[in-house]
Amino acid sequence: MSTYSLSDGLASGAPRTSRAPWLATWIRESGVGVLASIAWIAFGFSCLWWQDLGDWSRTHSLGIAAFIIAAIALLGTVGADYLGSAGRGLRQRAPWLVALGAFLTLWEVATAKFAWLPLPFFPPPQSIIEVYTDDLPKLLDSVFASVKLQLGGCLIGATVGFVSGVSIGWSRAVGYWAHPVLRFIGPLPATAWLPIAFFTFPSSWSASTFLIALATGFPVTVLTWSGVASVSNAYYDVARTLGAKPSFLVLKVAIPAALPHVFVGLFMGLGASFAVLVVAEMIGVKAGLGWYLQWAQGWAAYANMYAALIVMSLLCSGAITLLFAIRDRLLVWQKGTVKW
Amino acid sequence: MVAAAALAEVAAPAAAGAALDIEQVSHAFDIDGAELPVLDDVSISVEPGEFVALLGPSGCGKSTLLRLVAGLDKPKSGTLREDESRIRAPHPSRVVVFQDPTLFPWRSVWDNVALGLEAQGILKSQRHRVDAALDLVGLSDFRTAYPHQLSGGMAQRVALARALVNDPKILILDEPLGKLDSLTRITMQAELVSLWQRKGFTTLLVTHDAEEALVLANRVIVFSDRPARVKADIRVDRPYPRHRGDPYLADLRRQILGLLGLDATW
Repeated sequence: MSTYSLSDGLASGAPRTSRAPWLATWIRESGVGVLASIAWIAFGFSCLWWQDLGDWSRTHSLGIAAFIIAAIALLGTVGADYLGSAGRGLRQRAPWLVALGAFLTLWEVATAKFAWLPLPFFPPPQSIIEVYTDDLPKLLDSVFASVKLQLGGCLIGATVGFVSGVSIGWSRAVGYWAHPVLRFIGPLPATAWLPIAFFTFPSSWSASTFLIALATGFPVTVLTWSGVASVSNAYYDVARTLGAKPSFLVLKVAIPAALPHVFVGLFMGLGASFAVLVVAEMIGVKAGLGWYLQWAQGWAAYANMYAALIVMSLLCSGAITLLFAIRDRLLVWQKGTVKW
Repeated sequence: MVAAAALAEVAAPAAAGAALDIEQVSHAFDIDGAELPVLDDVSISVEPGEFVALLGPSGCGKSTLLRLVAGLDKPKSGTLREDESRIRAPHPSRVVVFQDPTLFPWRSVWDNVALGLEAQGILKSQRHRVDAALDLVGLSDFRTAYPHQLSGGMAQRVALARALVNDPKILILDEPLGKLDSLTRITMQAELVSLWQRKGFTTLLVTHDAEEALVLANRVIVFSDRPARVKADIRVDRPYPRHRGDPYLADLRRQILGLLGLDATW
């Protein structure tokens, strides 16, 4: 009885489900893509329709670029089935494209066209594009200087922090001497050392490297130490009964077991070091993105400031992404880790 | 479950059991300055290849005795000898399987089993022993899995393989089946007996399950409450495989439970 009614329902329902949902499926899959395309077309029109209130040279190109992106969004999402993983990725990010297009349109209209936001302080998108095209060499120099300083300081700080953290966690004698020093100096913000560092070190570059290393090193030390200290004795017992020597216990038991903590320390250290980097560049070092920001502010070049901020955030986010990628590789054995 | 070919490969090196002499061993813990005696003048002499179960009330000091045999701790007084040589430090000829598998979560199953050979610096030439030990416990298909992907029984099997790969002369089992469900437990008891019979190592098993002791061991030593003293030393002269319903074993079980102060309820 029930079987009969079930098959009956299926038979009569079949033709209906095959015709009408074709449109529904299409709208569900490509609708957002079409919306994204409309948003970017709106952005393009907002660039070209009205006259600029100021003198910006990239308005026209930006409008054209917006139309190109609109076309890519439309073709990419509608034809996603033929584009493989690129198409799938575009479809997945289509809602973000809609939001971005709408935001840029609003920004364009509110600044360059009607100046709802006071103008020199809120530059339109085209003036930021202008910075990237016209002031590129100086910006690249600054990026290079910042990355060099950051990388050097961070590597030194992370290495020293890791080694001292393991030593403190492992050896009672090292802990006896290092712990009070760490307690006394560690919580001091690295930027507090700025005045002393800049006259004790031979160059502002070495002083900044020291400060960045300090900012990175403290959290790495503390978390590595706590990681090593919290390794369960059972692991050591197992390794010892299997014939492990002390070096094996440190390198193959304590360190791998502490690694999740170490990465938390590196994450915190990296964050602290960004702050020190920018301050050091603003105050002492005559290069880098921090200095560029300061310089731009001095000339009231607000578009340059925003441009530099965007680059800076991309770099910092990139550094954290890289750190998480390394962590995910090294800690594949952990389950339920936070995705960045 | 147990592949004969794998057995032949693992059993190749001299793996016969060692004699174990525990002579007048006493031990105590320092807890906040107060001395808490846990072992009181314990003397046990174990023949090579014997399967000895140590039975006693929970917290009586059985596990402490195992730690002394493993060489993880030193006794306050008395001596322990493996084949005439005094036990002073851990050695891979006496391997412990703990109640928790304590697999290293950052190592795959294969790498966990390889731990002992790696620590002794002989892994490069002896990789086949790891494969054979995994075959032995029937987990070859899980060599690349990580511990968090294993069930409790599988994890304990890996821990067993990690011990056996070292060809121990004395296998020390600290309630290794205590946390397993009863079905897995019965299966692993049978596996333990067949491993022990084929490889001939001396086995020391701490348990608080009288039935488990009687099914597995050919000698059961009953301890008193803390500080642990040897209360009875019972020979179990029954062939393997043993049956849980065997009236001879049931009688011994009643005796043992009586020694543990549970005669009224059984």
